Amino acid sequence: MSAIASPRNAVVAARAAFGTSSTGQIYGVLVLVLVVTWSLILATGGNINLTNTLVRSVALGIVAVGQTFVILGGSLDLSVAYQVSVTAVVASVLMDGDPGNIWWSVLAVIALGAAIGAINGIIITAIHINAFIATLGTSLILRGALNATFDNYAGEVPDEFQPLGYSRFLGIPYSVLLLLAIVATGWWILRYTRFGHHLYAVGASEETARLSGVRSGRVLIGAHTICSITATLTGLFIISRLSAGAPWVGPDGNYDLESIAAVVLGGTALSGGRGGVLGTFAGVLILALLDNAFNQLQINTFLKDVVRGVIIIAAVAIYALRQRRDVR
Amino acid sequence: MRGVRDGMTDPTTSQTAGAVGLDSDRPILRLSRINKGFPGVKALTDVDLEIRVGEVHALMGENGAGKSTLMKIVAGVYQPDSGTITLDGEPVHFAHPREAQERGISIIHQEFNLLPERTVAQNIFLGREPKRGWIVDSREMERRTSEILTALGVERSISPRAMVGRLSVAQQQTVEIAKALSFDARIVVMDEPTASLSPAEVDALFSRIRALQERGIAFIYISHRIDEVMALSQRITVLKDGRNVGTVTTADTTASQLVSMMVGRELSSYYPPYASPEEIGEPVLEIVDGGNERLRDIDLTVRRGEVVGIAGLEGAGRTELARAIFGVDPFTTGTMRLEGDTVHFTHPRQAIRAGIGFLTEDRKVEGLVLPQSIRDNNLLAWRSIGRSGRLRNLPPPDPADQARRVDLRAAGFDQEVRFLSGGNQQKVVLMKWLSTGARLFIFDEPTRGIDVGAKAGIHELIRELARAGAAILMISSELPEVIGMSDRIVVMRNGTIAGELPRESTETEIMALAAGEADVKVAS
Repeated sequence: MSAIASPRNAVVAARAAFGTSSTGQIYGVLVLVLVVTWSLILATGGNINLTNTLVRSVALGIVAVGQTFVILGGSLDLSVAYQVSVTAVVASVLMDGDPGNIWWSVLAVIALGAAIGAINGIIITAIHINAFIATLGTSLILRGALNATFDNYAGEVPDEFQPLGYSRFLGIPYSVLLLLAIVATGWWILRYTRFGHHLYAVGASEETARLSGVRSGRVLIGAHTICSITATLTGLFIISRLSAGAPWVGPDGNYDLESIAAVVLGGTALSGGRGGVLGTFAGVLILALLDNAFNQLQINTFLKDVVRGVIIIAAVAIYALRQRRDVR
Repeated sequence: MRGVRDGMTDPTTSQTAGAVGLDSDRPILRLSRINKGFPGVKALTDVDLEIRVGEVHALMGENGAGKSTLMKIVAGVYQPDSGTITLDGEPVHFAHPREAQERGISIIHQEFNLLPERTVAQNIFLGREPKRGWIVDSREMERRTSEILTALGVERSISPRAMVGRLSVAQQQTVEIAKALSFDARIVVMDEPTASLSPAEVDALFSRIRALQERGIAFIYISHRIDEVMALSQRITVLKDGRNVGTVTTADTTASQLVSMMVGRELSSYYPPYASPEEIGEPVLEIVDGGNERLRDIDLTVRRGEVVGIAGLEGAGRTELARAIFGVDPFTTGTMRLEGDTVHFTHPRQAIRAGIGFLTEDRKVEGLVLPQSIRDNNLLAWRSIGRSGRLRNLPPPDPADQARRVDLRAAGFDQEVRFLSGGNQQKVVLMKWLSTGARLFIFDEPTRGIDVGAKAGIHELIRELARAGAAILMISSELPEVIGMSDRIVVMRNGTIAGELPRESTETEIMALAAGEADVKVAS
């Protein structure tokens, strides 16, 4: 019985801590999922490893923070998966096994990512092409360019780059620290900078923002640039765990649709203007906890997708219901 | 040659702005000979307007008289085709609303420009958030917001950190006023500010406006409500058909003078003859005590062969009534009978099956599928009700047949309706309902956006439908159309029927009922 009582207490505690906003709710769901999955794992004699779960959510977590920015602005980025691949391959080729190449290679791929994001933003705001189509187009272009040039592992990642993937600081993996730093930075930008305030306004009502003097085009281009930089960072994290980059790392991770799922699960409205990266972080953790549980319990992986689908739809349905109740 | 003949001999109209009022009042804004046209319409013709420091200047006129267009020019949303605007004696040209705001002119639209998911302070300072280094100085933003809210006397009911979406409509309006003040506004334009306020909230708004007047802020106050305008304003300008009919001092004016200024015009178009008594048959639609969230106490009967006109101001509940009859937002109380049978529609499909056709105000969105052919649009409603119910034996409609009835001008039945003129599009909507064998037709603003020539054609069509035995309910904001077409006129106000008038009633009588001004002496 205590297994039922404790999540409820946790929800109450979370509500006290976060209010009853959708961010508060999603942390309630997170605690619930945590308790349920860990109880099941423990009951079947498995062992719990929080650090491992966190590391497994780093790749998706980083890019989902960027995806949150564009979705908050009322846009979308479907090209992040191939941006991850482009980063992985290009960085690996540039580094070419030489530790001396690491720093400028990292800067170069970040610049490349920023450029791709800016181009996405410009296509969407200046040529007025729907974000879905525009980023689907960029995604196809990147995929074609990659597959035409590389068909397998390319370049070589120097061993000196691997600490990002494997080393720890005070027992916490560098990669987890990187994810936490990115989440915190994203939260800070959205909450405290003028850009963040304007992004919410553009997403909620571009017309109102424009009539208030906000240059909505620039704001969206900025959001896309940030999104693409996070895709780049995900790509860098992935190659730190591999010996070389390969063109399939992005699509294999399903980072495009998974990042959108995590953002929406985290309570950010797909129509823009409402939500934030803290919710997304919880969304990513929920997906990772489910993954972990299904692996440990050795349940059919197809069933895992069914459960994930149900949870995503249920969460969004709850937000929608609450939203309607708020409006009366 | 029927029509309204309250001649324009009103002495008030000869008073010009400069000749009345307190001579000590300094003009702050002056518009002269403003002209503005849109494709197909002349919205404003040689309009003059002068606003003085600290006055409440009411702007009145019927729907479509040009009030909103004029105010959008003042606020920099539109640019005039010709004419000059001077602010403090200096010519100005606003290319963007922001420029007008920076010069102290703010407009509060009927639909607020607020972000419901952001706080009061964030809304007020959107686009010019105070910064400290890299970050938005929220404390400063909230401090300045509280200052403004305190000046408005609402610091206890509205917190700078409150989420705007959680405030009441009246509080959101106060936030809009606060936003205007944060620009150091000297002229605030308010468009129908009391449309959704309770009487107590209206009083609070008025005392707030009066307090700001004391500080020299001028208000341009657009309203249909004569009693409010008489209570609040110092001067009133009436617009009609895009022209300034006159500016009067409120203290020297009576409500009935205002009404005749607003409506006094010649009925120029030709309308077909009314129904003769023998053409009017048994009731088709009867509503007793109908009501829902937006409507109450609706008693209405429409008979075979007659055209019943529904008049009323914007927001009086006319479209809501049509939607209730058609089952979109059904009645929740009362009874509705169609050809003698008690009916309760919860979906338009049922209404269509029972023989009702609804020609919506917005043809392009609700009435037609623009990229489809005339043939497909004609079949749209017919297909949706399928081969069941009362239409089982109705043959597939022949577009040629329908087209002849409505006198459609098109290249062929496969032409996409988006390429047709407004008048011909309206005819295709009508064909659609003829195909379903409708016997009660509801027209919502049947000639809005249709050029004058085609209007007469639509009027003729409506009358022919009635003569062929249909019952017609026609909603219109154009009083000449209501008078020219209706065998009976039903006037709505505040979600209910304010009264019924016989055919050939005057615009003054209709306006008096619609605006609810008890003091208006109906000219007879």
